[in-house]
Amino acid sequence: MSLAYYPGCTLKTRARNLEEPAVASMEALGFKLDEVPRWNCCGAVYSLADDDLIHQVAPVRNLIRVKKQGKNELVTLCAFCLNTLKRANLLMRQDVAKRDTLNAFIDEGIDYSGEVKVVHLLEVLRDEVGWAALSQKVKLPLRGLKIAPYYGCTLLRPREIAIDNVENPTILGEFLKALGASPVDFPESTRCCGSYQVVSSPGDIAEYTRPILNSALKNGAEAMVLTCPLCDYNLGRGQKELAKKQSGFREMPLLYFTQLLALALGLGPQVCHFELNHGSPESLLKEKHLLSQVESFQPIGGQK
Amino acid sequence: MSTKQRKRKPAKTAVKEEKKIAAKLIPIYIMGKRYEIPEGLTIMKAMEYAGYILIRGCGCRGGTCGACGTVYRKPGDYKLQVALACQKTVEPDMYIAQIPFFPANRATYDFAGLTAAPEEVFKLYPELFRCVACNSCTKACPQGIEVMDAISALKQGNIAQAAQLSFDCIQCGLCTSRCFGELAQYHMFQLARRIYGAMIVPRAQHLTEMVKAVGEGRYDRFLEELKRTKEDELKKLYEEREVEPMAAGEDWKPKDRRYL
Amino acid sequence: MTKQVPVTISPKRLRREFVKKVKELSGQNLQLCYQCGMCTGNCPAAANMDISPRRIIEMARLGLEEEIADSKTVWICASCLACAVNCPRGFDLAKVMEAIRLLTLRKNIDHVRPEDIPPQERCDLPQIAMVSGLRKFTG
Repeated sequence: MSLAYYPGCTLKTRARNLEEPAVASMEALGFKLDEVPRWNCCGAVYSLADDDLIHQVAPVRNLIRVKKQGKNELVTLCAFCLNTLKRANLLMRQDVAKRDTLNAFIDEGIDYSGEVKVVHLLEVLRDEVGWAALSQKVKLPLRGLKIAPYYGCTLLRPREIAIDNVENPTILGEFLKALGASPVDFPESTRCCGSYQVVSSPGDIAEYTRPILNSALKNGAEAMVLTCPLCDYNLGRGQKELAKKQSGFREMPLLYFTQLLALALGLGPQVCHFELNHGSPESLLKEKHLLSQVESFQPIGGQK
Repeated sequence: MSTKQRKRKPAKTAVKEEKKIAAKLIPIYIMGKRYEIPEGLTIMKAMEYAGYILIRGCGCRGGTCGACGTVYRKPGDYKLQVALACQKTVEPDMYIAQIPFFPANRATYDFAGLTAAPEEVFKLYPELFRCVACNSCTKACPQGIEVMDAISALKQGNIAQAAQLSFDCIQCGLCTSRCFGELAQYHMFQLARRIYGAMIVPRAQHLTEMVKAVGEGRYDRFLEELKRTKEDELKKLYEEREVEPMAAGEDWKPKDRRYL
Repeated sequence: MTKQVPVTISPKRLRREFVKKVKELSGQNLQLCYQCGMCTGNCPAAANMDISPRRIIEMARLGLEEEIADSKTVWICASCLACAVNCPRGFDLAKVMEAIRLLTLRKNIDHVRPEDIPPQERCDLPQIAMVSGLRKFTG
């Protein structure tokens, strides 16, 4: 089955370790992630101003391209892209006047009214594959791996686009269980990592990430699983700074959910690009005997 | 403005020209002023006909230098049109303004110190990320380049694609004049093409070998031979030379292979 | 930490263009808020703010434009929406923060200039950080 797929800019550079294991895993599960032709940057953040339509153009243009592709469902991996595309889609469904203005301005020869369904890959795994079926496909159960599921903001907020319960999300935990890992619940799993504040006040990022990381560690996590390249960057950067500032702070590997998926499906570390991860997860994975193919593992070059 | 107007009245000339070439006169508006211009002229020639002396905003007159970017509108049409003044022939009731130059941020860099990494572009042109995908740039390109797609490619770190998409760019700057995000697309593309040409495109092995052979003097004696040849003999050689036939295959070779 | 500033409240200030604009841009009814403080309690950045999120709403509806302009609160907000999903009144404070930011940005005053981001940071930051940062901090 072929699914329209929106990668997002960051997945083509530093977050290839989010994309490549996803493409390989979905293929193993019988789905082809079919990139939307001529996709452009979604804008990363949804514009919150009522009169601002120009910043809705980018996400809506992508949704029109999905329709031109002949698809009615769009899969995303990056939590930021999901949020922006899904909210813009909602706007096109709900606000007739803005919809007409945007369609006229975008001028792609298609009148779009929000008919594409925007989903996150986790939703495809939950709703189309199913946790039970997924766990049957697992070749290398991630036994003994204690992982903190970190949701961040954009998968769950605002309420109307949340992929799970806003207060008590379980989708990442269920996912980890299906792969045989042990999810570690921690109260800060939906607390903001600082997001784009890293652009204006990079020095404050450690303050955002400190409670998140400490809480996960305190609850016994050995690693953290993520869905967003900006969370990955901020939590990685935050750990480096905390290691300097806070005595006894232990750095923890950060992993994308798609890397764990590929590993559990037995696709080997080659597709996972662990060399792009913060905190070298290989040693932890080796310790848990999850890198059986480690002898043949060569980091794939290409990073500067 | 980079144009001057001559003192003489263009109307008189117009009458004379009309008698001489019997061309039909059509009205156009240059910066809001009406002129009667013989049809069939390019915008650039029409401006000169109207009395403008172009000291900027004209260059090659052949559609490749990018100096004569022009915008115009027709009455009753909200759409802004773009053209190169040296290429586009005038149409009745065009309202024309030239944009011979548009201020644009151009990064300074030592090319020798760059790599082919996407981050080089991010570093030199961080405003790249202000693009909102409004597509005004593409609509403003007289070369028909998918400007927005090329900017998307840069954001996605795909320098090769940006270079290929922007290959026909003549740096007229019309995209930049229309950009909501205040980007200087054409300078970014030039950087992309430089990186692509120098570091991404595979080197031609045969060219390297040939340059080396030339440097080592393999062809010196043939040049010496030519220098010694008399003019009449040279002419004869030129006229009788063997020409590669049209649509010759890859394996075509001349009969005389002494110089290969 | 929240600083204490004496403010003057007057009917003239309440009717200011500023209050109208904030309402228009945010699409929020500022009178909905009953000042319970759930927004501040849930805000991951409240500790860094000189005016707490709850007080921003109060000050906005009182028309205290200058006092808000002097504060860095709206620039510290990361639009994480922890306030919005926890508000018992269904009020979206993130939209008010955005409206106030835009009142500055739309005057062509950038909060962060792309050229002031250190070159190494421009290389290191993922594209989504640059795109979102420039969307929130440049006009």
